[in-house]
Amino acid sequence: MSPQEVQQEVQLDGELGVELYRRMLRIRHFEEQVNELYRGGKMPGLAHLYIGEEAVAVGVCAALHDDDYITSTHRGHGHCLAKGAELNPMFAELLGKEAGYCHGKGGSMHIADTKRGNLGANAIVAGSAGIATGAALSAKKRGSGQVAVCFFGDGALGQGVLYEVMNMASLWRLPVIYVCEDNLYNEYTHFSEAIAGGISSRATAFDIPVEDVDGQKVWEVYEAATRAVARAREGGGPTFLNCHTYRFHGHHVGDVDRRYYRTQEEEDGWRDTRDPLKLGAEWVTSNGYAPASRLDQIDEEVQAQVRAAVEFAINAPFPEPSEVTEHVYA
Amino acid sequence: MSTLSATEPVTSRKLTFGQAVREALAEEMRRDPTVFIMGEDVAEAGTPFKVLSGLVEEFGTERVMDTPISEAGFTGMGVGAAMTGMRPVIDIMFGDFLGLVMDQIANQAAKVHYMSGGTLRAPMVIRTTLGATRRSAAQHSQSLHAWPSHIPGLKVVVPSTPADAKGLLKAAIRDNGPVVFFEDKMGYALKGDVPEGEYVLELGKADVKRVGEDITIVATSSMVLVALEAAELLAADGISAEVVDPRTTVPLDVEALIRSAKKTSRAIVVDEGYQRYGVTAELAAVISDGAFYYLDAPVKRMGAMDVPVPFSPVLEDLTVPTAAAVAAEARRLCRK
Repeated sequence: MSPQEVQQEVQLDGELGVELYRRMLRIRHFEEQVNELYRGGKMPGLAHLYIGEEAVAVGVCAALHDDDYITSTHRGHGHCLAKGAELNPMFAELLGKEAGYCHGKGGSMHIADTKRGNLGANAIVAGSAGIATGAALSAKKRGSGQVAVCFFGDGALGQGVLYEVMNMASLWRLPVIYVCEDNLYNEYTHFSEAIAGGISSRATAFDIPVEDVDGQKVWEVYEAATRAVARAREGGGPTFLNCHTYRFHGHHVGDVDRRYYRTQEEEDGWRDTRDPLKLGAEWVTSNGYAPASRLDQIDEEVQAQVRAAVEFAINAPFPEPSEVTEHVYA
Repeated sequence: MSTLSATEPVTSRKLTFGQAVREALAEEMRRDPTVFIMGEDVAEAGTPFKVLSGLVEEFGTERVMDTPISEAGFTGMGVGAAMTGMRPVIDIMFGDFLGLVMDQIANQAAKVHYMSGGTLRAPMVIRTTLGATRRSAAQHSQSLHAWPSHIPGLKVVVPSTPADAKGLLKAAIRDNGPVVFFEDKMGYALKGDVPEGEYVLELGKADVKRVGEDITIVATSSMVLVALEAAELLAADGISAEVVDPRTTVPLDVEALIRSAKKTSRAIVVDEGYQRYGVTAELAAVISDGAFYYLDAPVKRMGAMDVPVPFSPVLEDLTVPTAAAVAAEARRLCRK
C-alpha cells in the first residue's frame, strides 16, 4: 500500500507525519548517545538498543491516548520515549541517578512512567504479557475505555505465559494489542532455530485477528495500530500485530562481534534499504509534509535536546544511601 | 489464651476457618468495588475446598471469575490489574502450584514498586494452601511459604485460627502491596470464635496463643494446634509452655519472639515447611540472635521432613511434626 493511499484511509496529516518522524529521530539519537555512554564507560551495566525498530514503537504509540497503557521489554527505551517519556529522567535513570524515572533503582530495563501509562519495561522475556493483559482486564472492569499494548519480541514466542494470557484475552474480549517486534533474532539465535510453525497462526489459534505489518514504515504501523485500537475500544477484543523489523545493533551494547550469528551483508542491507528513519524521511518529503531542509532542522533540534539531557544526567546526583530501603513495601 | 486484640468487637460467633475466609472476602468485596476474585473453579464450584461457595451468587461472575488452568497467566493478569486500580484476590488452588507462578509473584509483583521508584504498586492477594496429611502425595501437600518469605517486596500471612484468618485476610486485601496468604487446607473445618463485621488485624503482629513460663513454642499455621496440644501434654508433666504464633512470616514480629524466649529461656520453632533452609531456620536464628544471653538451651527447629511428601499414610504421617514429638523435644530442653 502506498503512503498516499494510507494517508486517505487514516487521515494522516502532514503535521502528524512530521511528528512521527521527529519521534523516531528522538529515539535514534537517544540510543546513539546510550551507546556512546556505554563505550565511554560512563553508564553502569548495559543496554539493549532499539535502533532500527523505531517505527514500531512510534507508530503504535501515536495511535494511543496518554492514559492508554503500554508494557515494554528489555529493549524498551524506544517504547518509553514513543509513549512520551522525557529525556532528562530517561538518561538519569540509565546512569543510576536520583532524578531518574525510578530514582535510579530500575535502570535501563525497568523504566516506568505512570503519567504516560507506561507500566514499565520488563527484563523477563514475556514477563509483561500478564501485566498488559491484566491492565486490559482492569480497563474493561472499570469501563475506562483504555486499551493496553503489550510490546514483545519474537523471542517471547518461546514463553508459555504469553499464550496463557492471549487465550484469556480472546475469551474475555479484552482491549489489549499484542505487538510482536519480529526482529529475526532471539538474542543471539536466528528465529528459525527457535520458532516452529508460523507466528501469525499462534494468534489465529486463539481467534485473535492478526495483521502483518512492515515494521520499518511508521505510517503502516500507525495505520494498523489505529485499526487495532479502534477495535479494542469498541469491545472487539485483542489484536496481534506482527511487525517485521530489524535490530541494527547487537542484542545489547556489548554484543559487537556478531558474525557468528548474522552476516555483515544482512546488516548492511537493512541499514541501507530498510532504515525506518530513511524511509520515514522519504515518506515525509515525497508527500510534501515537509521539505528536507525542515527535517535537517528537526535533526539539529533533537540532537541538541539529547545532548542537553545527557549533560543533565551526567551532572545529576546519585541517590542517597537511604534510598536503598525505600519502596520495598508500598 | 488471647486470640483477639483490644479492639475486639462486641459480638462474635463460631465459624469454621473456611467460613471466616469467605466472610472476609465477602465483606471486603461489599466495601470495595475494586476487589475481585480470579482463579480456577472459584465461581460455581466455590473451589474444591468449597471455601468460596456462595460468593458468585452475591457478586456475579464479573467479580468471581473462573479462569482457564493457567496459573502464571491469571496471576500475571492479577499483577496488571492491581497496577491499574483494582485489588485482585488470586486463588492458587494448591500451594504446590506456586512453582507455576513464581515469576509473576517474585519477579513482577514483588518488585514493581521498588523498580519503579515507588510510582507503581501492586495491591493484590494471592490466596493459596499449605499442609500435608491429606493423602494427596508429593505435588499437592507441600508447605512452601518459605519461598515468598525469601523475596523482598512480598508479605506472607500464615493464619492459624478462623478469627486470625478473617482479620488478616481483610488486612491483606487492604494492603497496598502483594500479600501471599496461606491457608491450612486441613484446617478449613476448624471452628473458632470470629468477630462479626469490621475486624482487621495488623500484619506483622504475633499473638500469644497460650501463656507459659518454662519454654516458648513458636508455631505457624497448621503447627499452632500441634503446639497447643503439646502444651497440654507438657502441662500434665508440670511444664508450662508458651505458644507464640507469628501469624505473618513477613513482616515478622521479631520483638514478640525474642520477648517470649527471654522470658522462658528456651524455645522450639515448629513449622510445616521443609526444615532445611526453611521458616524454622529464620525464626530460630532471630531468637538465638536476640535472646542469646537469656537462653538456657539451643533453639530447636522442627519442620517437615526433608523428603517429597509420600502418599502412603504410614509414611506421610512421619514427615510432619506431631504434638508428641514437640512435647518430647520440649521435655528434653527442659531436662524433664
